[in-house]
Amino acid sequence: MLLVVEQFLNGLQFGLLLFLLAAGLTLVFGIMDLVNLAHGSLYMMGAYFAATFAAWTGSFLLGALLALGATLLLGIVLEVTALRPLYGRDHLDHVLATFGLILFFNEAVRLIWGPAGLALPLPAWLTVPVPILSGIYYPAYRLAIIAVALVVALLLYVGVMRTRIGMLIRAGASNREMIGALGINIKLLYTLVFGLGAALAGLAGLMQAPILTVQIGMGENILILAFVIIVIGGIGSIRGAFLAAIFVGMIDTMGRAFLPNLLRQVLSSTAASTAAPALSSMLIYLLMAIVLVVRPEGLFPANRR
Amino acid sequence: MSKAFSASRAVTALMLAGLLLLPLYSQLSGNLFILTLFTRIVILALAAASLNLIMGYGGMTSFGHAAYLGIGGYAVGILAQEGIGSGFVQWPVALAASAIYALVIGALSLRTRGVYFIMITLAFAQMAYYVASGLARYGGDDGLTVYKRSAFAGLVDLSNRVQFYYLCLACLLGVIALIWRIVNSRFGLVVQGLRSNEQRMQAIGFPAGRYRLVCFVISGTMCGLAGALLANNTDFVSPAVMYWTRSGDLMVMVILGGMGTLFGPVIGAVVYLVLEELLSQVTEYWALIMGPLLLVIVLFGRGGIMGLLGRLDRG
Amino acid sequence: MAEPLLRVEGLVRRFGGIVATDHVSLDVAQGELHAIIGPNGAGKTTLISQLTGHLPPNAGSISLGGLDITYLPAHRRCALGLARSFQITSLLLDFTAADNVALAAQAHAGTSFRFFADARRERGLREAAHAALDRVGLSHRADIVVSRLSHGERRELELAVALASRPKILLLDEPMAGLGATESQRMVKLLQELRKEVSIVLVEHDMEAVFALADRISVLVYGRLIASGDPAAIRQNEEVRRAYLGDQHVVTRHG
Ligand SMILES: Nc1ncnc2c1ncn2[C@@H]1O[C@H](COP(=O)(O)OP(=O)(O)OP(=O)(O)O)[C@@H](O)[C@H]1O
Ligand SMILES: [Mg+2]
Repeated sequence: MLLVVEQFLNGLQFGLLLFLLAAGLTLVFGIMDLVNLAHGSLYMMGAYFAATFAAWTGSFLLGALLALGATLLLGIVLEVTALRPLYGRDHLDHVLATFGLILFFNEAVRLIWGPAGLALPLPAWLTVPVPILSGIYYPAYRLAIIAVALVVALLLYVGVMRTRIGMLIRAGASNREMIGALGINIKLLYTLVFGLGAALAGLAGLMQAPILTVQIGMGENILILAFVIIVIGGIGSIRGAFLAAIFVGMIDTMGRAFLPNLLRQVLSSTAASTAAPALSSMLIYLLMAIVLVVRPEGLFPANRR
Repeated sequence: MSKAFSASRAVTALMLAGLLLLPLYSQLSGNLFILTLFTRIVILALAAASLNLIMGYGGMTSFGHAAYLGIGGYAVGILAQEGIGSGFVQWPVALAASAIYALVIGALSLRTRGVYFIMITLAFAQMAYYVASGLARYGGDDGLTVYKRSAFAGLVDLSNRVQFYYLCLACLLGVIALIWRIVNSRFGLVVQGLRSNEQRMQAIGFPAGRYRLVCFVISGTMCGLAGALLANNTDFVSPAVMYWTRSGDLMVMVILGGMGTLFGPVIGAVVYLVLEELLSQVTEYWALIMGPLLLVIVLFGRGGIMGLLGRLDRG
Repeated sequence: MAEPLLRVEGLVRRFGGIVATDHVSLDVAQGELHAIIGPNGAGKTTLISQLTGHLPPNAGSISLGGLDITYLPAHRRCALGLARSFQITSLLLDFTAADNVALAAQAHAGTSFRFFADARRERGLREAAHAALDRVGLSHRADIVVSRLSHGERRELELAVALASRPKILLLDEPMAGLGATESQRMVKLLQELRKEVSIVLVEHDMEAVFALADRISVLVYGRLIASGDPAAIRQNEEVRRAYLGDQHVVTRHG
């Protein structure tokens, strides 16, 4: 019971982090029609910035805030200098160019921070276990991640669905020419959306940083998970990304936690312990395969074109 | 068009002559390293050529091609570990395993188009990567050492560097000859027609999915061969050969050399890997230059090196 | 009366709130040239696309020679003898004219799962391609890449491609769209010849051409078939005059 609750919360927390990453990716794709592989690099940069700024200022919170601003800025610079010329080009061009950016970022990080990873220590008040149910404790920091991510998700939802700028964003997603004809500054809008996506990725990275080590390439595996989420949720759909992210986070976490035991019930224990790691890391891809068979457009395709 | 001399032909011929004579140069100059480097280049050129078949000719942008390198490699490595050292068994198994993987992945991912296809092939290759990492019996994350190279009943000795190099080169040229036949065949024209205009092809009576899938499987099988060679070359296979950046490398080679041209991927592989080698000798941080270089190539280098040479010919 | 070649019954297709095909029923007899006219947005292209299998209908049925083809994919219908041209030219732009036509011939000449022999050297396919190009007067442009052909030539090539699959019935979506006067005349003459060999469904805005060519005319307005009959009857039809012929350029779309 205790384990189930704990793993459930872990899954939720991981899913929410994935959502932050996937939301930026899906927004950028839905609106600018840009495939950005370097999104994972922004996640990594968020973590590195946070570790650095926290060390400088001596405050976790201040470091995190500064890091958020820094990734936002980095995103804007990246959009203006490198990505703008890519709009309207073939997706293959996007893939290659942003692949080049990943190489660049990884190397730049190695040059600046060195090949060894960094640690981002938590302040004491975030490390205490918090009682959530009678007799069940859960780390305060993970709870904080859940809370922050939920608030951001809510803001994002309200922002995209209920505000004027959100309307522009949605209009851009469905009708690029129209929004241009309305005299809205598309360039600025794109830059802002990209910056927002970058900040979300940075936020995910810096929140993950204290749990895992901050290291080169940390954004790559999680980026592929974000792709899986987008495929499952439907490209361009925030709601799809949210639900798919929670789903993937849960399945991945629960699978790793409970699949070995389940397998042990049916297989011999050596066979089970050999098969379990491979199988549990396959779970979400199997999920994706199933979605592809049933709904090739994803579960919640945004109505585009 | 039918000019006897053209820049692209001249460059291709020069490159082929260079590849053929390379072991000679290596022997004469005593530079063994260059033979090692070019054995790797030839193998990856083979992988890139196979990717070019679906990406350049078929318009299917697969971002998961490195998976076959791993599947072919693990087929060799696992059989070797289990005591089956004959290449006559290992290699067909490597090809068959790649073909089966391609069939399953292709059947799923070809249900989609465009970016979805890119992401899904990427995701499935990553799945293959994780599965390999989970193979505790075969080294897991650390990979698997291949203690004995594939044996071909004394016909070729894969431990002999020169013989192995020529075997790899023969495989590369054989695969390119095969691709050349395929793209000019009925089947090849259909696949290229589908890249050009799927709606039109369906209207004149071609079921798109079937042709694409067969092409996808052919390409994957070819790349499985590269995987078997690679495992023999490094005497080692690990999940890292399937890592997604390797798939990215292969795409870069194809684009750099020229998509949809017969020898473009080979030129691309040579240039990319030699450049990587040279840059890494100049600076430890070579990717700092390589990354932006890619961006520039994408932005300004339409059609890759072959495209550039083609424009040169047309003046 | 004999079984019609093509029979459409109660066909319905909606796009959101728009009913682009509204319970359309019509027959095309063997050897007939059946014109479909109607204002812009009447649903003509939508109808053709359902006939060829590029767009699934929401309801109704389509049969070809007595065989129900409502749910067959486009490529199967083509094999059964249904060929189309597109209103917006749809060709393989990076292939030569001859290749475009030869591929259509290839689709009907046995399997295309042949991996080694050079398809461009197959005499049968090349001859069929040149014959079709000859029909539309394009044989002198056979080796030109389509992206370098003029608009008029591409329209003719569309027709050659359709012919090369040796269809029983040709569905032509505005073959004269965007053609100059002389090109249009050539096209009319060509259709006059073709109609002797093959049944044709012709969607066309050029009324002169339609009334000169058609055995029967069906009039679509807002997705509904408001009249169907020989040219004389259609000319007389009050509803048609009101809805369409009287003021050709008034109606554009609704909804
Ligand atoms: N893919 C689509 N999605 C949404 N609406 C569509 C789609 N295709 C057609 N329509 C709508 O269906 C109606 C019929 O369109 P259609 O193209 O069939 O008309 P048409 O008679 O061919 O017109 P034209 O003479 O201009 O070619 C129009 O209102 C059009 O806007
Ligand atoms: Mg139309």
